[in-house]
Amino acid sequence: MPFLTAGYPDLETTAALLGNFEARGVRVCELGIPFSDPIADGPTIQASYTEALSAGVSSEKIFEMVRSYRQGDGKLALVAMVSYSIVFKHGVESYLAAAAGAGFDGIIIPDLPLEEAAELEPLAAAAGLANVMLIAPTTPPARRLEIARHSRGFIYFVSIAGITGERARLPEESIRAVAELRTHTDTPVCIGFGVSNAETVGHVCEVADGAIVGSAIIHRITDAKDAPRNELVKKVGDFISELLIPIL
Amino acid sequence: MSENEKVGYFGPYGGQFVPETLMAALAQLDHEYHAAMADESFLAEFDRCLREIAGRPSEMYFARRLTEQACGAKIYLKREDMNHTGAHKINNTLGQALLTLRMGKKRVIAETGAGQHGVATATAAAVFGLDCEVYMGTEDIRRQALNVFRMELLGARVIPVTTGQRTLKDACNEAMRDWMGSVEHTHYILGSVVGPAPFPEMVREFQCCIGRESREQMMDAEGRLPDVIVACIGGGSNAAGIFAPMIDEAVEMVGVEAGGRSMGLGDHAASLVAGQPGVLHGARSYVLQDSDGQTAPVHSVSAGLDYPGVGPEHAYWKDTGRVRYTTCSDDEALDAVVALSRAEGIIPALESAHAVAEAMKIAPKMKPEQIILVNLSGRGDKDCNEIAEILKRRKK
Ligand SMILES: Cc1ncc(COP(=O)(O)O)c(C=O)c1O
Repeated sequence: MPFLTAGYPDLETTAALLGNFEARGVRVCELGIPFSDPIADGPTIQASYTEALSAGVSSEKIFEMVRSYRQGDGKLALVAMVSYSIVFKHGVESYLAAAAGAGFDGIIIPDLPLEEAAELEPLAAAAGLANVMLIAPTTPPARRLEIARHSRGFIYFVSIAGITGERARLPEESIRAVAELRTHTDTPVCIGFGVSNAETVGHVCEVADGAIVGSAIIHRITDAKDAPRNELVKKVGDFISELLIPIL
Repeated sequence: MSENEKVGYFGPYGGQFVPETLMAALAQLDHEYHAAMADESFLAEFDRCLREIAGRPSEMYFARRLTEQACGAKIYLKREDMNHTGAHKINNTLGQALLTLRMGKKRVIAETGAGQHGVATATAAAVFGLDCEVYMGTEDIRRQALNVFRMELLGARVIPVTTGQRTLKDACNEAMRDWMGSVEHTHYILGSVVGPAPFPEMVREFQCCIGRESREQMMDAEGRLPDVIVACIGGGSNAAGIFAPMIDEAVEMVGVEAGGRSMGLGDHAASLVAGQPGVLHGARSYVLQDSDGQTAPVHSVSAGLDYPGVGPEHAYWKDTGRVRYTTCSDDEALDAVVALSRAEGIIPALESAHAVAEAMKIAPKMKPEQIILVNLSGRGDKDCNEIAEILKRRKK
């Protein structure tokens, strides 16, 4: 499952990437809504957020882009990754309605833990958005099950205690923890944070239902940023195909 | 459960809006903090540290010449500037360093703006033999060079932060990112009454020595409590520390935010006066942000007030009308630095000068037998270079 910073380097490119990913067999894509103060993100994604924001990207413009992607018959399941700061500012109910109305299928709010999510969960359900919740390596066992019960769409298992960014390898403990978790839940479990190449995707997907790749994609977008759009899209798309080999 | 009963909340403000990775650490901290506050031996040890390391109690001083100049109410100063390391910040870092030892953690991190919290953290770390790293925006490293040197001399590592506006908020982001990957062996010593629960309550409690002492000292000096208490507000810790112990008394309270260059968005750091409810750094409170929820740029001549958020308890006090919040401009603060230096021989920190300026403003409107207590949160040595440059520019 690829992660893209919505509007990086611009919204037209994001839309083109979605089309390209779909053609290559991707089924779900995460779209990061740029935020000025992303606590859970490493330098790669943070820099892409900063650049998108200074180019004027906002939630409204992203919703517009998603709406026209849907009007053009775009079929990827789209999950918004967005800070609660943004959701709260817009008003929880109206933000969820706007996201769902635009064509998002799910929402991940990385700074909204279980304790604070009670108000949002029924609103997300009413809006028709799956509220995807996260489990971290530091989450105690009983709490993991509780989060798994609340998560909708899938469960996002954070592979490492830390921020997003490419890692050479993931802790085996997390892989084992996902295998264990899957014996307790029918909700799909995906692993994210640090997954950065086909080898790790293959390894992770031996136990998980999916792997989320973020920084490794954003870094390739950054590398190709000055190339013409179709070249950038092809380069990033080729990388996605590489990642898909072990799981297709 | 009504909002007021929700743990970690002050009315609708507060909470724990942080990534799941940090939730276990917050639970552990919350547990240790409450256990410690119920443990006589911890409280005795904290008290001993406040006395022997911070040098408490700090004096409460009648500012006779300043009072004469203002031509009105009597002005008293609570001398937090006389604490070891030069500000109120040491009260909190000693408390949190003791908790760090209790949790068996070996490393502490901190964010700092003015550098006072960084110095206070580095000092506590040196006292207890903890590893210490302090995140600081490069703009503040420039403004507060003396404090950078002090931290390094104390054995801490200062990590420059180059994201955003390169000031306090950005340093706070980086400290949180560090903590995401180091929670198991590191405690994050947050420097104000901000952040996710239990920080706002815990930092307030560690700062309450200011208000408790003031109360006694005022009873000794005047036989009654002050009419007004004035404190500056960055995150709000020195203000919460002096307000909270007298919050149920008939004492008027005023919090002074940074009015900066103007009240246009981006020119000040007045989250309570000009901001709106929002979420920043793990808590719901008043925040300066745009309509999309992005944090707005802020400005203050004082690095310690240069922050787009504020502690959630202050948001609650604002809504309930218990505390009046106002602003003081860069220029007024600079004038107050000069005025206090000449009238009393005390060079205040730029942050604290905001409170002094407000006291000078309201004193003439009050009767001579009335009393204003100003929390003089820190001394101005750290600001001397910056003040010199600004005064030079002003002359031209
Ligand atoms: C002397 C002094 N006063 C006040 C502040 C502002 O912090 P708070 O509002 O938490 O007291 C600072 C922060 O650096 C400071 O150094």
